[in-house]
Amino acid sequence: MDIHEYQAKEILSGFGVPVPRGGLAYSPEQAAYRAREIGGDAWVVKAQVHSGGRGKAGGVKVCQDEHEVYDAADELFGKRLVTHQTGPKGKVVYRVYVEGAAAIEREIYLGFVLDRKSERVMVVASAEGGMEIEEISASKPESIIRSVIEPAVGIQDFQVREVAFSLGLKPNQIQQAVNTIKGCYRAFRELDATMVEINPLVVTSEGSIIALDAKMTFDDNALFRHPSVSELRDKSQEDPRESQAADRGLSYVGLEGKIGCIVNGAGLAMATMDMIELAGGKPANFLDIGGGASPERVAKAFRLVMSDGDVEAILVNIFAGINRCDWVAEGIIQALQANPVNVPVIVRLAGTNVEEGRKILSKSGLPIIRAATLKEAAERAVSAWQNDIKHNVKMVASS
Amino acid sequence: MSILIDRTTPVLVQGLTGKIGSFHAKEMLDYGTNIVGGVVPGRGGEATHAIPVYDTMKDAVQATGATVSVVFVPPPFAADSIMEAADCGIKLCAAITDGIPAQDMIRVKRYMRRYKAENRMQLIGPNCAGIISPGKALLGIMPGHIYQPGSIGVVGRSGTLGYEAASQMKELGIGVSTSVGIGGDPINGSSFKDILMLFENDPETSAVVMIGEIGGPQEAEAAEFIRDNMTKPVVAYVAGLSAPKGRTMGHAGAIISAFGESASEKVEILREVGVTIAPDPSQIGSTVAGVVSKAA
Repeated sequence: MDIHEYQAKEILSGFGVPVPRGGLAYSPEQAAYRAREIGGDAWVVKAQVHSGGRGKAGGVKVCQDEHEVYDAADELFGKRLVTHQTGPKGKVVYRVYVEGAAAIEREIYLGFVLDRKSERVMVVASAEGGMEIEEISASKPESIIRSVIEPAVGIQDFQVREVAFSLGLKPNQIQQAVNTIKGCYRAFRELDATMVEINPLVVTSEGSIIALDAKMTFDDNALFRHPSVSELRDKSQEDPRESQAADRGLSYVGLEGKIGCIVNGAGLAMATMDMIELAGGKPANFLDIGGGASPERVAKAFRLVMSDGDVEAILVNIFAGINRCDWVAEGIIQALQANPVNVPVIVRLAGTNVEEGRKILSKSGLPIIRAATLKEAAERAVSAWQNDIKHNVKMVASS
Repeated sequence: MSILIDRTTPVLVQGLTGKIGSFHAKEMLDYGTNIVGGVVPGRGGEATHAIPVYDTMKDAVQATGATVSVVFVPPPFAADSIMEAADCGIKLCAAITDGIPAQDMIRVKRYMRRYKAENRMQLIGPNCAGIISPGKALLGIMPGHIYQPGSIGVVGRSGTLGYEAASQMKELGIGVSTSVGIGGDPINGSSFKDILMLFENDPETSAVVMIGEIGGPQEAEAAEFIRDNMTKPVVAYVAGLSAPKGRTMGHAGAIISAFGESASEKVEILREVGVTIAPDPSQIGSTVAGVVSKAA
């Protein structure tokens, strides 16, 4: 689960990480009021969306007086911010964060991730922070500082000092950096984060260290023990289809294609998407309804996939292991009778009682296109989709 | 022989009395698995499917001499159960539970290192389908009837995609020595490499099918092992060629992700070390058939 910058800063500040003075606003009036509250003579108005790359997308504005703050906020509210991380649809700004502007001397990158290779939390840092960090890591990978944290004892001072000195910080800044890095690690550890990122961590012209931006992502599997973190979820920042799926206990990722997929198991779901592409189509989604594939889940999956107005064909691929295909077939029929769909539906069943399952589908009289293998299913889905577009006719029951 | 489990291996079911645990315990019993006990704290002295239940793993191991366990404990308590198994002399543990927090798994893996390598439990999973040695024993949730006994070792992350591969092979009359699901979680017990090593040393396995997925370093690590140590032929399929790049927030993931984490890079790395690649998921069985007939 992702959270907003202002929420991450509030959390991290509780762990001793220095952040600029700031305030949240839901309207331009409130933004101007926040600027007055904060004081000073320059402010930054920042769009709060769940994405990086906000600066490049025009979501961060530096202002010299309250009127500029008002205008900047006015322009940002309701704006759809498109960054390289949001997808082409972008994310809408409903909240802005106003901060006192800092005089920046240098920008540093600081991140914490779960490293799958060492199976530990890793500190990732770079002396060159800011907007070009991914380019820097690609062109000068040796300049990236990495330090793996031993989980039994946690992060040690010497490790943090090593990172801080490698970043070229001055002796009088080391202790501040130590507090910041240790604070981030404690927040990561105690709140079950999967990512903490401060980009940039800046050294101000007065020589103090401060987190100018902050991002945190949390482990969905651990939210049960962090109710205060769960509360920070902002559904307006999620793909509505993905939020609905999460609420229904399904694993869904919206994509740009036209062929909706309903599959049990993540690996098989990805394999099905691969087959659709090989057959010349594009999947509209990744959807794993879970290994069990109960009729209730199948019905939920149909409603979810059809809520995407772009879907022009649906491919159902279920490998019935522990359950039986006849039972899954009944579930598909019930789902289609309760929620008739006006696009071709291709069903491929495999596993236990597959013959009975196929018979039930063909006897139902519903316009279901059946397929025996994964390949056949993908090819039929793609050709049904193409024919349906070309002739705009509804499919009739296949033999 | 098969790897990891056979007909006589004495098995404990952790979380036996729960809905999922008792359902799959019955399936495993019916398949012929030698289940000798279950462990559920506070339920000691009871029985499920006539299997005695114990309060602690220590009691259960002492009473039954079990060397293997399978975990169906709900996610909040599963990591603790795996560590309990590691601490009482269990040699092999398959954790089926899906949804264990990643940092709990970091702790589990660190905890397991307290034991010397020769006493250290081998963990399979979590979030996996388990292990099956067709015709002998089942330790997990696989549908036994889709597997035909034979000489092909199967190792994969995904459950249902593994079933797909097994049933394609069965259609072609190809059987399986053992199939191992290593699970889809970012931090897991045994890796592809760990299982490939067992298959390489198993006299009854003649070739191996490896089913990988996008993400993580374990396929690339397996490729290195195959290049340096495998004499048996390996067939691989990697799912996720069409998966979009992660839309995760922040740059940290992109910075540390190394070459070899995308599906196409994995395919390239595996092909380079002599692995035969199944071009698409519907050709896993036929690719194995081709490799087997060439070897014969």
